[in-house]
Amino acid sequence: MRAARLRLSGFFWRHRWAKALLLLAPPLLAFGIIYLASLVALFVSSFWTVNPFTTEIEHIWNLDNFRTLWESSAYRSIALRTIGIAAAVTLADAVLAFPLAYFMARIASARSRTFLFVAVLLPLWSSYLVRVYIWRLILNQDGVLNWTLNKVGLPDVHLAYTNFAVWLVFTYVWLPFMILPVFGAVERIPHSYIEASRDLGASGFATFRRVILPLALPGMIAGSIFTFSLTLGDYVTPLLAGGASSQFIGNVVYSSVGISNNVPFAAAFAAVPLAVMAVYLLIARRLGAFEAM
Amino acid sequence: MIRIKRAHVLFAALAVALCVPAAGVSSGNGLPTTIGKGEGSLNLVAWEGYTQAQWVKPFQKATGCQVHPKYAGSSDEMVTLMRQGGGSQYDMVSASGDASLRLIYGKIVQPVNVKLIPDWKNFIPGLKSPSHNTIKGVHYGVSLQWGPNTLLYNTTKVKPVPTSWSAIYSPKYKGKVTVPDNPIQIADAALYLSKANPSLGITDPYELNQKQFDAAVALLTNQKPLIKKYWGLASDEIDLFKNGDAVIGASWPYQTNTLIADKVPVTDLIPKEGATGWADTWMLSAKAKHPNCAYMWLKWISTPKVQAQQAIYFGETPANTKACPIMDKLSKGSCEQYHANAPAAYFKSIKFWKTPIADCGNGKNDCMDYTKWQQAWTQLKG
Repeated sequence: MRAARLRLSGFFWRHRWAKALLLLAPPLLAFGIIYLASLVALFVSSFWTVNPFTTEIEHIWNLDNFRTLWESSAYRSIALRTIGIAAAVTLADAVLAFPLAYFMARIASARSRTFLFVAVLLPLWSSYLVRVYIWRLILNQDGVLNWTLNKVGLPDVHLAYTNFAVWLVFTYVWLPFMILPVFGAVERIPHSYIEASRDLGASGFATFRRVILPLALPGMIAGSIFTFSLTLGDYVTPLLAGGASSQFIGNVVYSSVGISNNVPFAAAFAAVPLAVMAVYLLIARRLGAFEAM
Repeated sequence: MIRIKRAHVLFAALAVALCVPAAGVSSGNGLPTTIGKGEGSLNLVAWEGYTQAQWVKPFQKATGCQVHPKYAGSSDEMVTLMRQGGGSQYDMVSASGDASLRLIYGKIVQPVNVKLIPDWKNFIPGLKSPSHNTIKGVHYGVSLQWGPNTLLYNTTKVKPVPTSWSAIYSPKYKGKVTVPDNPIQIADAALYLSKANPSLGITDPYELNQKQFDAAVALLTNQKPLIKKYWGLASDEIDLFKNGDAVIGASWPYQTNTLIADKVPVTDLIPKEGATGWADTWMLSAKAKHPNCAYMWLKWISTPKVQAQQAIYFGETPANTKACPIMDKLSKGSCEQYHANAPAAYFKSIKFWKTPIADCGNGKNDCMDYTKWQQAWTQLKG
């Protein structure tokens, strides 16, 4: 028994690659089978169609689903709305997150930094659904917002169940995912850089524009991967906070699978955000976002 | 409670005593003529709320059939579940009218002998052999409960009282209208058009040719700017009315009752064009492993008391006319509230959900099928 163990140990000593393989096999298998295989299955099924009478999937290769997507103006506008709102959410989160992240990283005392961290992360402890519903309570006709406006003598606003509401809720819900990477990037800027900039006579604004912002940018891009992809794939917020024309790609996927049992069409439409994200990640890599994560 | 239990112990004892060669025995048309000994188990696909302990527990006690329910979230999920494992995994399904034809034509369910269900003769005439579960006189299940899709409105904001579905298609209440987020809504538009525009020749809102279908979709497309929100869950619509975001819309009696209980000034009615509605049927899988327990369940679920309990729990109308007095005993005024004592004309004014299929009986296969309905709905919402 002991001899066998020694032999085994010796084998791994002589063959380093075997040890590495043994160590990495489980996560690699999980990644390959669970993650990549399901993506491939998704992509493959998007080239099939559903028999309209029996609603069974027919394994005949064709491009009908993609043609429908391309030719219908409704699906085009749904895709553009999804990408547009995802971009607007990302931009708003970046603008909102930077000052707070900067304050937390460079100005706040250790104690207030801890406090701010808790404040940023606390909403993540409550259910995502609850937070969406809370916004409905705030925005609706007889909600908190209009009540407050009326108290100070202003007229009602009609924000509930609009695309604006969808944007607002997304911006709120994904904000922590932007703050954290930006904080990481700002914290890593060496103080000596800022001092050097000052010594060379740069104004506060020039230091911000030429030193701090470029070094914080990878953090923002890293955060934007979260905010952008999370918005791109979501269907709950448009369903709950959206109005008459707030369908996202996710909503069409959901109803294609859930209502008409048309998995191939859902797969074809789901390939759109996949392609958008692939392009986005390529750009993000160029901008150095992966070093800031 | 005691009375029912005894009756069923008696029934079970009788069944055991007779212990006739079980469900295998069949008459000439292949239907069982007696209910044999229970198999001890029953697997159901059901809407949530259809297998509540208050009527399942006494059933299990009386028959020894252990009920294993699986809740489905949509009609399509029900069809998918019934297909699983070659169709023998589940014994029964509480299919709505928009799923039942798919199950019948897909040969997933089998005919049942309604003579074995004593309460069947007490059903309202319209639900004995409705077209969504009975084909050419062959019964593919036993009706359960039903309800209309009503016009719900805020009584202080909507004046005068609306009498036509045109109220949700006219700009008068722009931005304050809500309708269900469901392709079957096209049938509501078609129902309205069948009266408002007779030249289209719509006779059945679920059987639409291309021209009629396009007209209904165009009506809904024009309605879109008036819509505050297409509601997905009943609670969404309740929120919209409670908070003043909507004042008029298409609804179910459940929402009306909930809102009235919350002291929101609303009421509902069936406009002069009539209304669409849903009617659920317990259907038996073609490969059911526990057919005797299934027949016992059909018998049990059709009895007046169980019908009344379920009607009140879910807010729908029982098929059994004898349920009315029991409903009033369980919850005062509930019989009238859920229209259990309404005249036959009320039932006739409702066009019940059924799956739109290409074959609409004229031999031309020129009707729009459900896939087209779903695509049109997604596209008009945009």
